[in-house]
Amino acid sequence: MSNTTVELKEEITIKFAGDSGDGMQLTGTLFTNNTALLGNDLATFPDFPAEIRAPVGTVPGVSGFQLHFGSKQIFTPGDDFDVLVAMNSAALKTNLDRVKERGTLIINEDGFDKKNLRLAKYPNGENPLDGDNLDNYEVFKMNITKLTRTCLAESPLGTKEKDRCKNMFVLGFLLWRYSRNIDSVVNFLKTKFGNKPDILEANLKTLKAGYHYGDTTETFTTTYKVKEAPMEKGTYRNIMGNQAVCIGLVAASQKSGLPLFYGSYPITPASDILHTLASYKNFGVRTFQAEDEIAAACSAVGAAYGGNLAITGTSGPGLALKGEAIGLAMMLELPMVILNIQRGGPSTGLPTKTEQSDLLMAMYGRNGESPMPVVAANSPKDAFEAAFEACRIAIEHMVPVLFLSDGYIANGAEPWKFPKSADLPKINAKFSPPKETDDETPYLPYDRNENLVREWALPGTKGLAHRIGGLEKEHGTGNVSYDPANHEFMVKTRQAKVDKIAEFIPDQAIELGQNQGDLLILGWGSTHGVIQSVTNELLNEGYKVANAHIRYLNPFPKNLEALMSNYKKVLIPEINNGQLSKIIREKFLLEVVQYNKIQGVPISSAELKHFAKEILD
Amino acid sequence: MSTLPPDNKPLKAKDFATDQDVRWCPGCGDYSILKQVQTVMAELGLDKDKVAVISGIGCSSRFPYYMDTYGMHSIHGRAPAIATGLRIANPDLSIWMITGDGDGLSIGGNHLLHILRRNVNLNIMLFNNQIYGLTKGQYSPTSEVNKRTKSTPMGSLDNPVNPLAFALGAGATFVARSMDRDPKHLKAMLHRSNDYHGTSLLEIYQNCNIFNDGAFFAFTDRETKMANGIFLEQGQPLVFGLNSELGIRLDGYKPKVVDLEKDKVSKDDLWIHDEADLFKAQILTRFFDDPNNKSGEYFPRPFGVLYNEEKPAYEDLLHAQLDLAIEQKGKGDLDALLAGKSTWEIE
Ligand SMILES: Cc1ncc(C[n+]2csc(CCOP(=O)(O)OP(=O)(O)O)c2C)c(N)n1
Ligand code: SF4
Ligand SMILES: [Mg+2]
Repeated sequence: MSNTTVELKEEITIKFAGDSGDGMQLTGTLFTNNTALLGNDLATFPDFPAEIRAPVGTVPGVSGFQLHFGSKQIFTPGDDFDVLVAMNSAALKTNLDRVKERGTLIINEDGFDKKNLRLAKYPNGENPLDGDNLDNYEVFKMNITKLTRTCLAESPLGTKEKDRCKNMFVLGFLLWRYSRNIDSVVNFLKTKFGNKPDILEANLKTLKAGYHYGDTTETFTTTYKVKEAPMEKGTYRNIMGNQAVCIGLVAASQKSGLPLFYGSYPITPASDILHTLASYKNFGVRTFQAEDEIAAACSAVGAAYGGNLAITGTSGPGLALKGEAIGLAMMLELPMVILNIQRGGPSTGLPTKTEQSDLLMAMYGRNGESPMPVVAANSPKDAFEAAFEACRIAIEHMVPVLFLSDGYIANGAEPWKFPKSADLPKINAKFSPPKETDDETPYLPYDRNENLVREWALPGTKGLAHRIGGLEKEHGTGNVSYDPANHEFMVKTRQAKVDKIAEFIPDQAIELGQNQGDLLILGWGSTHGVIQSVTNELLNEGYKVANAHIRYLNPFPKNLEALMSNYKKVLIPEINNGQLSKIIREKFLLEVVQYNKIQGVPISSAELKHFAKEILD
Repeated sequence: MSTLPPDNKPLKAKDFATDQDVRWCPGCGDYSILKQVQTVMAELGLDKDKVAVISGIGCSSRFPYYMDTYGMHSIHGRAPAIATGLRIANPDLSIWMITGDGDGLSIGGNHLLHILRRNVNLNIMLFNNQIYGLTKGQYSPTSEVNKRTKSTPMGSLDNPVNPLAFALGAGATFVARSMDRDPKHLKAMLHRSNDYHGTSLLEIYQNCNIFNDGAFFAFTDRETKMANGIFLEQGQPLVFGLNSELGIRLDGYKPKVVDLEKDKVSKDDLWIHDEADLFKAQILTRFFDDPNNKSGEYFPRPFGVLYNEEKPAYEDLLHAQLDLAIEQKGKGDLDALLAGKSTWEIE
């Protein structure tokens, strides 16, 4: 390295952006893996185009990947970008407003020709690279397409295939810029293209060309280094939210000894769960792509009746359709988990954007008095434990459980210090044992234990033949009953059964800060990262703040009310119009301050911090 | 798997009855169907702990409460989806699904379509009374045009669905029709349904004597039955008429009603019933003329097994894939799944 200096950085947010065909997801992922190996903490978020095949070069066709890494604890994929890689003019247009002042732009000049500028709809074909538009940034322009073609001049590949290697040039360059080596990428490419030697060769060559480019051109005088983060010792992997849900479900299946059944109908952003579970057939996972969400939920009711760990998964509009079947499961008192990977609503809403606006539907969205446990994941890795917990509660309390995640968690990724299977708790399913036919005492399917939980009587079990259904049932026998007092009794019993689950979940914990103070920032779901990051910063600035994040939304942990009462104010940030705020107010008669953003995107640390400070000062 | 172990005493029809009061209206066709089902289950030697009866909502869907087996009275129209989930979870049970013309062809039409094409192994009994019984008498998707009911005081406007043509269109593999008023035929059809491995769809004409009395009188009445219906038997010519004087001949793909004597046709020249022939079955399902409004050539309504095709059942294929996956990848290892493809150490 000639005369470059190395500068230390505490944290960096990079956005890789280009056309859907430019391979930015792969570039981002490979750079992320390399970052993880160095011991940095990190979080990522992909940003896919809403259209499947948006025209090349246009703004709707831009695909992005955001990475936030650092030598300190990283809570979110980052607000604004320190570095933007823009492979074409549409990518710059889409992302420029989120690049920090004095931030770095790494630009593929070949993506700014007349045609690209027209496709990106720059007025009058005006080139943003000309003039003083970008004076507030550090701009590096490279002819990445041409450089790639030149370095592959001798390759037998066609131009199209050569051009596909240009993401490796960028990757190589970034690895150099952040003082890395290329080994992990080389290994990846060797496995991926092992049996396609020409393609492997071309990718390796371009990668190296990009790596050496920084060194040789002398334009770049500085490289950067981010030291290891103080992470807990152990073995880590990278995990995406939807992936974590699937693994959590399989783990619950093994720990309960029940075969996993998943009935679903494709819908963004839940479909990947169906895809992933469909590839776990060797774990005995039965996936059923039903004709609609109603059938998906009903198939799960049938599978639960038959003794499987039955799951159905969807997003908002699908949950609306499943309501009646979920109510049936609640009446039948069968275990079942309903996954709702929320997206922007109402109606079809914003399919590819994130929102937390189905909490009230999860809590109350069924006819009649239909209380149901609700469990929410707060980050990609947390989705594992939350899904496992949803299954545990369903099975051990014979009740359908609603699991909430959202698009931000589903597609986001972070390092995960994954558990060993032996360390996971066992889940105890209680089946009614067979009965000898000469045993004259009638079988009582709605007999309950001290926790008001009935037993699971599997069809096929000797001596237990009985009927269940959606009509109100008589206490004990389960026979149809229209008796007024019995109905009220059963409604209250089903409520009490759900309330009792509070005795079987952990107390609510304070995560950062003291057990009392001026402000508690209370959240649920995917706002976890931003709340932690803001709390952390405020604590460093000497404020008396703390944060708590609720996983068990129904029933709430027993200590929640007492815990909240130790702070002068409670602030609840949500990506909705104030749904948890509403529940907390109603339940505890507690005045809370709400902060809501309903734009299909996460709350940023900067805005939340600003808001929190206004309350504190 | 569903039959009794040899040392157990075979059950009688009444052993399949529960102690619950049957709540159908006196004279309802559902009583006869219940009795034949209980009888057939006893004849089959089924073990009641290995039988599950799954229904939707409607008068007919009260059925499970009267069967001393496992049973679920579920929600309106969704029994096919619930039964599919149960079947996937338990390939050994004997599953019987009860639905009505509203339950199965209106609110649950979509699910019926899909269970038929999937060929999930179970027996569907579609109680067709051409009316909504439970909700007190609105017209149903199988009611004839111009039906006057509370919801259609000036007569209904929509054309009725032809359930068996619908079923074949959906790719059903076993399609049959019977009636509440012919216990012998009904029992035979229940046996055939049970023997079939896959989705068997048995449409049962059922009289709702309160809201649609006599809807099927032309087919069930001793006097007119043979003139208006035709009873199919495998390998036998298609003969009908009060004195078996009429037959059906196939002229290319066009069916023709012939008078055996007047037209001098021998029975050997008639259409010979072949349950395995899909094209013939499709024509048979189109024998859907109104017996009370005959005009021109009248094709008799077929009873019996119209179509029967051997095809693998959905859940067998599903479980075979699970086995194959284990064979190919080895039994899933949770720790390997938890660790994923690439990990790193923080020391
Ligand atoms: C979701 C829903 N919508 C409507 C109803 C009311 N409902 C109950 S049964 C029924 C029609 C039943 O007709 P059919 O299936 O022909 O059964 P039958 O009573 O004639 O045997 C209707 C509309 C219901 N129970 N659930
Ligand atoms: S209303 Fe009709 S179908 Fe229902 S029980 Fe009475 S007679 Fe039977
Ligand atoms: Mg009906």
